[in-house]
Amino acid sequence: MSTLDPGLRDEIIGAIPNLRAFAISLSGSVDRADDLVQETLLRAFANISSFNPGTNLSAWLFTILRNLFRSEYRKRRREVPDPDGAFAATLTTNPDQNSHLDFEDFRTALDKLPPDQREALVLVGASGFSYEEAADICKCAVGTIKSRVNRARNRLGELLALDAAEDLVPEKPLGVSIPSTERL
Amino acid sequence: MSGKDNMTTDDENEGRETRGDIMAASPPRTPASALDSDIQAKIGQHLRAMYDDVVRQGVPNRFLDLLAQLDKPSGQTGKKSGGGAGS
Repeated sequence: MSTLDPGLRDEIIGAIPNLRAFAISLSGSVDRADDLVQETLLRAFANISSFNPGTNLSAWLFTILRNLFRSEYRKRRREVPDPDGAFAATLTTNPDQNSHLDFEDFRTALDKLPPDQREALVLVGASGFSYEEAADICKCAVGTIKSRVNRARNRLGELLALDAAEDLVPEKPLGVSIPSTERL
Repeated sequence: MSGKDNMTTDDENEGRETRGDIMAASPPRTPASALDSDIQAKIGQHLRAMYDDVVRQGVPNRFLDLLAQLDKPSGQTGKKSGGGAGS
């Protein structure tokens, strides 16, 4: 009954890493993200007959995952806030072409965005969906997605500009008033 | 006394909330506006770097196992009532 076309199964497997990345950005926790992905896969298999071959499988899976997250989110509004968790916990290697501090600042700023905006920004800016596809996934107008992405960018820009401005101010010179040891 | 007409224009203004919102939320402007484009570029880089870091982790085994289970109509404990599933 559930033997799947091997090509389709491979495609689903291929989408899993992206689903995880999206789920982590939504839920802010790796554990919850993986649960979301698992539930998404179960739903996808149960409803595979409603998928139109030839259409965008990835977008279909993202839609399922997002809907699951939304209904769960309504039930328990992110009861486990994990401000440092989200992406931090997933970082196996530190992609530091830029300074590590920059990266931390960015992660913190991203977590401050309203879910609608973060979702839109990630779908368009990282998952590689078009505005139209993102609008489809989020069940809203293309204009709404564009506006959310813009607001997300502006807000992040503000948050990061503040951080950058702070970084431009040199730290206090070292050891001015610190007599390291009073030795004679 | 057609003061009501004025009220309706308020609705129109609500549509522009987006811009007003951003302006209102703006922190004091930082002096260098070259900073802005620099930052917008970094936002894109950071976002993808984060995302790709997760993507690069590949497919955890738990999902491969799950898919293998889902894909096989008859598990050891599965109901065999479907009939004629294999060959």
